[in-house]
Amino acid sequence: MTAVPATKDAQGSSILLTFLQARTYVALLLVFGYFAIMAPNFLSLANTVIVAKHAALTAFLAIGMTFVIITGGIDLSVGSTVGLTAMVSGWLILHGIDPGLGWSIQFNTVEIALLVMCVGIFVGWINGILITKLNVAPFIATLGTLYIARGAALLSSGGRTFPNLAGNAEYGSDTFPLIGAGTFLGLPVLIWMLIVVGLIAAYIAKRTPLGRHIYAVGGNERGAALSGVKVDRVKLFVYMFSGFCAALVGLIIASQLQAAHPATGETFELNAIAAAVLGGTSLSGGRGKISGTIVGAFVISILADGLVMMGVSSFWQTVIKGLVIVAAVVIDQAQSKLQARVALQQEAATGR
Amino acid sequence: MTEAHPIGLSIRGGVKVYPGTRALKGVDFDLRMGAVNVLVGENGAGKSTLMKLIAGVEEMTEGVITMNGREMHFRDKADAVAAGIGIVFQELNLFPNLSVAENIFIGHERTRAGIDIDTETQREEARKLMERLEQPIAPDTILGTLRIGQQQIVEIAKALALKAKILILDEPTSALSAAEVEVLFRVIDELKAQGVGIVYISHRLEELIRVGDYITVLRDGTITGARSMEGVDIPWIVQAMIGSSSKEYGRTEVTEFGPEIFRAEEITLPRIGGGFTVDHVSLSIRAGEIVGLYGLMGAGRSEFLECVMAQHPHSTGKFWVEGKPLVERDVPGRIARGIALIPEDRKRDGLIQIMAIRENLTLSSLPVFTKLFHLDLKKEAQTARDFIKRLTIKVASPENPVSSLSGGNQQKVVIGKALMTGPKVLLMDEPSRGIDIGAKAEVFRTMRRLAAEGLGILFVTSDLDEVLALSDRIIVMAQGRVTGEFPSGTDAAQVISATTPNAQVSKEAAE
Repeated sequence: MTAVPATKDAQGSSILLTFLQARTYVALLLVFGYFAIMAPNFLSLANTVIVAKHAALTAFLAIGMTFVIITGGIDLSVGSTVGLTAMVSGWLILHGIDPGLGWSIQFNTVEIALLVMCVGIFVGWINGILITKLNVAPFIATLGTLYIARGAALLSSGGRTFPNLAGNAEYGSDTFPLIGAGTFLGLPVLIWMLIVVGLIAAYIAKRTPLGRHIYAVGGNERGAALSGVKVDRVKLFVYMFSGFCAALVGLIIASQLQAAHPATGETFELNAIAAAVLGGTSLSGGRGKISGTIVGAFVISILADGLVMMGVSSFWQTVIKGLVIVAAVVIDQAQSKLQARVALQQEAATGR
Repeated sequence: MTEAHPIGLSIRGGVKVYPGTRALKGVDFDLRMGAVNVLVGENGAGKSTLMKLIAGVEEMTEGVITMNGREMHFRDKADAVAAGIGIVFQELNLFPNLSVAENIFIGHERTRAGIDIDTETQREEARKLMERLEQPIAPDTILGTLRIGQQQIVEIAKALALKAKILILDEPTSALSAAEVEVLFRVIDELKAQGVGIVYISHRLEELIRVGDYITVLRDGTITGARSMEGVDIPWIVQAMIGSSSKEYGRTEVTEFGPEIFRAEEITLPRIGGGFTVDHVSLSIRAGEIVGLYGLMGAGRSEFLECVMAQHPHSTGKFWVEGKPLVERDVPGRIARGIALIPEDRKRDGLIQIMAIRENLTLSSLPVFTKLFHLDLKKEAQTARDFIKRLTIKVASPENPVSSLSGGNQQKVVIGKALMTGPKVLLMDEPSRGIDIGAKAEVFRTMRRLAAEGLGILFVTSDLDEVLALSDRIIVMAQGRVTGEFPSGTDAAQVISATTPNAQVSKEAAE
């Protein structure tokens, strides 16, 4: 037990650590490679686009969820918000806003999109107020809004679907279906949206004081507050951002289907949490990356779609998804342990 | 003396290897029963590691532990407890959500038939322990509502409840007031008389000399001195600890103070259940002045600092910074006006443990590196490196989590964070708590230098030597009030007497 094997040991754990840190990417390569070989047509262009579109929906929600989880919270209401915002888009296209004076206000696509986003942000704002000002635990607060938003979605149509959301050229809303189906420079519009939202979120996380504060609040709320971080504002932001992301998904789904059903988005929140966790976000707060989350969302979607293509029974699909999530968390724990050890070794090596 | 104090436990050739470091390099240690065995050394010298081996928390890499001639193998803490070894760790291991009695008996609950917890017996025994430690703490008090000093007393009670034959106290006094330390010493004497072997670790050297019978000095994992306490003095200990005499943090010259930089008037913080935690406190600090705020635990000193840092929305009173009233009601506002607080509890209030050293250093001063909303990471990293160098923080990389640093270096990170905001008034709550003598001296030198640069410093301490050596002016608080104000060079006895202005102290504290 001299210093030499100790150093080797340190090197070994550094290499292992690098591998573990890149595990989400490794997982992505593994599932992608596996299905590319095993599932026919998996690599066809049409299929790739479909998978990417599926993944994008989870990814939007997961990006918002990542910020929330980094602050040490959770947002269970995103799935319902998707449903509610989809219904709002449907309502606005079919009916506009009727002030009850015998005439109604109609909107074009951009206005509809902005209004729907406002609805999502508003749901997030409610969550934020409940959690910061009224001191409700995030789990309970967002569980409450989960039911409220879902109920509101059902009420909006009496439980029925809003059909035929093709829009109306007269009002300038005929471009609505393009949100989900349109392409720009060969890529679907919603992929472009994902790229933009992803880049903005990553930028906020890495290069703005707000991002740093998000991590600080999750790491040690008291310490952050004493350091001058406006904890309430940070929390309010993350829930509003999560609501915004949910609104995007609601908008996209309504546009893709050209119909809005009040059950849209049920259990989406679970996929979003799974994607974030798979991407290395720690549920105890303070740790997580946007890039990891996006990759996590792709892993989950590729897994789901690939299994469908291979004809695996949907019951088994559920089991496999669960196993992957559990494995991800186990590996995550191993990584943080190892990371702490490597850092300690480095500090020890400086001679104290 | 050897006959009077038989060896109860000994370690021969003790080696402990952590991945990458050798914390102990072949240590021979004898623990004598019915005596206080003091263990001293700088942070990272291996004291805590040695104690963890004895307490069964860590397994020895090489070497043997023998008790009464029998070789012992402690695989976990339960083995050591079974052998009659109790330990009070440096870091509190308590449950803030449970009551005092529940904390004391955690892990070895008094039960009926091994299932049903005998709450009555536990409460009764807890009450007796508190009585023995002369603390007016009810057994049903929720631990989290106690001050840190009182929590430490509970931690000690927890070890006493085990009726250990060997009791290890790792820095038991770091958060205790002078009066509480006296009580602890009386309990130690009592235990000694009962033949209990005590290991006592502390950074307060005067304490060691007072309480110790045998001394062992560790340096870099080896023992550099082990002898009976007779004839040992502070210079000898320091010599053995760091190799050369260097305990010097006094003033270099008499400084000229600038104008008044900070003033507090009639600061009042009501206490739940009547009375005041901070009772109409008024004080002022001049630029370049170091003011020591001395007092017993619970005198309201920390709470006063918290009032200044806008932590108590119910407090009343007025503050002035550089003659202008401080009207900002939130922390960022006060930081912007030049107030900086170095909290007492580094782990809980001072640092974000999982964040990098750099991120911790710059957390309060991000606006400096921000244009509109864009964070200039290069400038941030550069400034962080500057501060690491300026405060001589020993780090392998600024990107490592701050939790990987030793206590002294963590404290320097907290100080660095406060300094980066460009404060005019620096509030330091127990700045030397739980850090070794070398780091302490550096912290004190830093304080001196900052004062010379024109900062006003208000620091809270429970260490009399510290307050006498470092302060330009000493303010004493008791029961939430200012009870004395002394220039530097005041006789220690006067300062002490101000901490207990009347005999009602213990009665008031009981309420």
